[in-house]
Amino acid sequence: MPPGLFPVSSTVAPATDPARFLQRLGDILPPERVLAGQAQLAAYESDGLTAFRTAPLAIAVPETQAEVIALVRLCHAEKIPFVARGSGTSLSGGSTPVAGGLVITLNRLNRILRVDPAQRLAVVEPGVINTAVTLAVASYGLHYAPDPSSQSICTIGGNVAFNSGGAHCLKYGMTSNHVLGLKAILATGEVVEFGGASREQLGPDWCGLFVGNEGLFGIALEITLQLLPRAEVFHTVLAGYRTLEQAGDAVSAIIASGLLPGAIEIMDALALEAASAAVHAEYPPGCEAVLIVELEGPREVVAAQRPQLDALIAASNPVGARPARDANERAAIWKGRKSAFSAVGRLSPDFIVQDGVVPRRRLGEALRRIAEMSRAAGIRCANVFHAGDGNLHPLILYNGTESGALERAEILAGKILHMCVEMGGSITGEHGVGLEKRDYLATMFNADELDCLHRLRDAFDPLGLANPGKMFPDGTAPALAQHGLHPLEKAGLISRE
Amino acid sequence: MNATLTPTTLAELVAAVRSAPHVLAIGARTKPRLFAVAPDVTLISTLGLSGITEYQPDEFTFTALAGTPLREITATLAARGQYLPFDPYLLDAGATLGGTLAAGLSGPGRFRFGGLRDFILGVRFVDGAGRLVRLGGKVVKNAAGFDVPKFFVGSLGRFGVFGELTFKVFPRPATTLTLRLPVADANAASQILTTAAGARWEIDALDLLPTADAVALRLAGPAAALPLLATEILTRFPGETLSAATADALWADLRELRWTFTKGPLLKLALTPAQLPTLAATVRAHAGRIHVTAGGNAALVSLPATIASLGLPALTLRGPGPLWLDAPAPPAITAAVKTALDPQNRFPSLAA
Repeated sequence: MPPGLFPVSSTVAPATDPARFLQRLGDILPPERVLAGQAQLAAYESDGLTAFRTAPLAIAVPETQAEVIALVRLCHAEKIPFVARGSGTSLSGGSTPVAGGLVITLNRLNRILRVDPAQRLAVVEPGVINTAVTLAVASYGLHYAPDPSSQSICTIGGNVAFNSGGAHCLKYGMTSNHVLGLKAILATGEVVEFGGASREQLGPDWCGLFVGNEGLFGIALEITLQLLPRAEVFHTVLAGYRTLEQAGDAVSAIIASGLLPGAIEIMDALALEAASAAVHAEYPPGCEAVLIVELEGPREVVAAQRPQLDALIAASNPVGARPARDANERAAIWKGRKSAFSAVGRLSPDFIVQDGVVPRRRLGEALRRIAEMSRAAGIRCANVFHAGDGNLHPLILYNGTESGALERAEILAGKILHMCVEMGGSITGEHGVGLEKRDYLATMFNADELDCLHRLRDAFDPLGLANPGKMFPDGTAPALAQHGLHPLEKAGLISRE
Repeated sequence: MNATLTPTTLAELVAAVRSAPHVLAIGARTKPRLFAVAPDVTLISTLGLSGITEYQPDEFTFTALAGTPLREITATLAARGQYLPFDPYLLDAGATLGGTLAAGLSGPGRFRFGGLRDFILGVRFVDGAGRLVRLGGKVVKNAAGFDVPKFFVGSLGRFGVFGELTFKVFPRPATTLTLRLPVADANAASQILTTAAGARWEIDALDLLPTADAVALRLAGPAAALPLLATEILTRFPGETLSAATADALWADLRELRWTFTKGPLLKLALTPAQLPTLAATVRAHAGRIHVTAGGNAALVSLPATIASLGLPALTLRGPGPLWLDAPAPPAITAAVKTALDPQNRFPSLAA
């Protein structure tokens, strides 16, 4: 059995009397914004990682920054663990509650506080939905670049906590590269401000350290995001290949050419089958893999680069290739890609989304080994990945009602992560370590390195109250559960990546 | 005089850190104010830790020892059609990769794709307890563990001694084209910086020159596209296209800080374009010079003599005067993080 795969279920023992804590919660929030009934708690007991669940002590629904500050300070005073939660889309179990702890939901802190088109920035609260930022600034010709597949529902606060990525990271980086400033309440109860309106900084990069803290340092209250001018034109090409390897070779050729596409994505046959069924996406007949490449920029630049890309693709021997002729066709290509994960729900009642990274040149080898491991385990595995970044998302399909199926799927997932580390990559490209991969952190870092990470955590949160049990193993664990897809995912309304 | 050690291996680097109660890493000494510290601090030169240890052009990454001169890195990348898009400073002066990270100095190219913070991927460093640790990763995308490599940008070596660094790189654009746009004053410059930055042109660099009379706007991309973009830009903002030789000389002079006074402080500031007119007036009132870069988000100021304040926080890179002017109040968490990475206070404080 892989390390800590089925940890012993236990609870963090609160140092205080829960009844007194709930009463003091009532001093901060009106009764209708403290949820402690069984049915209410059940709604929050898991997130995008549906295989795990834990019922918390209570849910707090603050509406203002002052309320969040008061809640964290109360947790600190009463030594009650807390978990911040946005839309609950974390695929690493990042917002899974802690038994005996408080869940602080941030969805009502959803104000866009300021948009400065001249300085190209927006100041937002953590509950603002990712796409709402771009919607709010589109009239200025600006956009917010990070685009996780769950962007129509996930929040900026969650993106900040887990340094979310998306399909356009190759050129634009992750969430961290777009956060200029932060106001946060640390687990100690201190309110801090890092960074500011400038794209440059003096002194150490505190924002950089805070982004991706997985909720272990505290809660972001206000986030200053840099905005970019929206690309004037796009050239999005979808090419089908007989083998995954050919699609991979096409990626290598594009990378070697000196082009810097905004996105380079690949989907394998199983993912294509799912996407075709779910959103009626059309793919070239007879293809086992699809490559999506997107150039973007001023029309003159794209016009000059387009023949180069088209020639590279033509030379890569696709069974079919077609550029999007207009914005609708581009949107359709991306819809197929971004719905792929949820669409896999049509092929299997349950699945695990993995998030490993391998060096790009070893993508072909990694995919071959995943296929072999998948065959050997008798478990189907669909692959959707950010080929430009070497970021793999194997989707491991299982039926949770079969005894031992989840456990077997977890073992395969673990083998894939070990392979990623062995190849010089990472156990997570963009989902974070969270609850799901905490037992694998030690495969990337040695004892001194883990100790260094622990000391940093202790600096921000000496009592260990902020999202305990995530990133680092701590002996506690939620119960494994059989949930299947979220109902909204089944309806095709939300997606994950 | 501070004692200086020059380790030549990472093991020797660890030993050097452990050998003295107070240490600070230095590179090629191109930003001397950053290591003008108390005489009991032992300086650890990284010049013996030089060389690119891994370079995979098709991964868009390289790893190099901290004391590797930038010019060696840029030449190696250029030979494979790649570059560090943030245009590091002081190449000819011998500046090192580690010193550049510690100083947090990103050049004009940071305008388009971001600065050091957007390209640093991983760091192997010796913490204050004398342990060699590697955080971050060696692949272009990694979200495992806290992002300590980013924290080190601008940390002045006060939280750890860098041994080896991994950076992301990009393919070098096929061509560049630089426009010189004359401006009457800093207000006019601020206007151009703001307007151009929001436009569709995907500008590569956007600077107000130290001569204060023109904005330099650089485009980078396919040869067929740039003259078309330039024509449109010049109809919006009067100016001229510089010859390749003139443009190369202009950017090289900025890169090597050839416009600065030989004596007097050289300071780095972070700002917004809206703050530019006031800052420029303050600098002028003190007979100083200013190079505004990154579309009005960063500036280097050279003054003939020390002054007490520029009205904005500033870091002295070289020359006399305090390390910080109008030092930003450090976040309350600073002391705890310092203790976490440097429990014995082996490295000087950020304040000195």
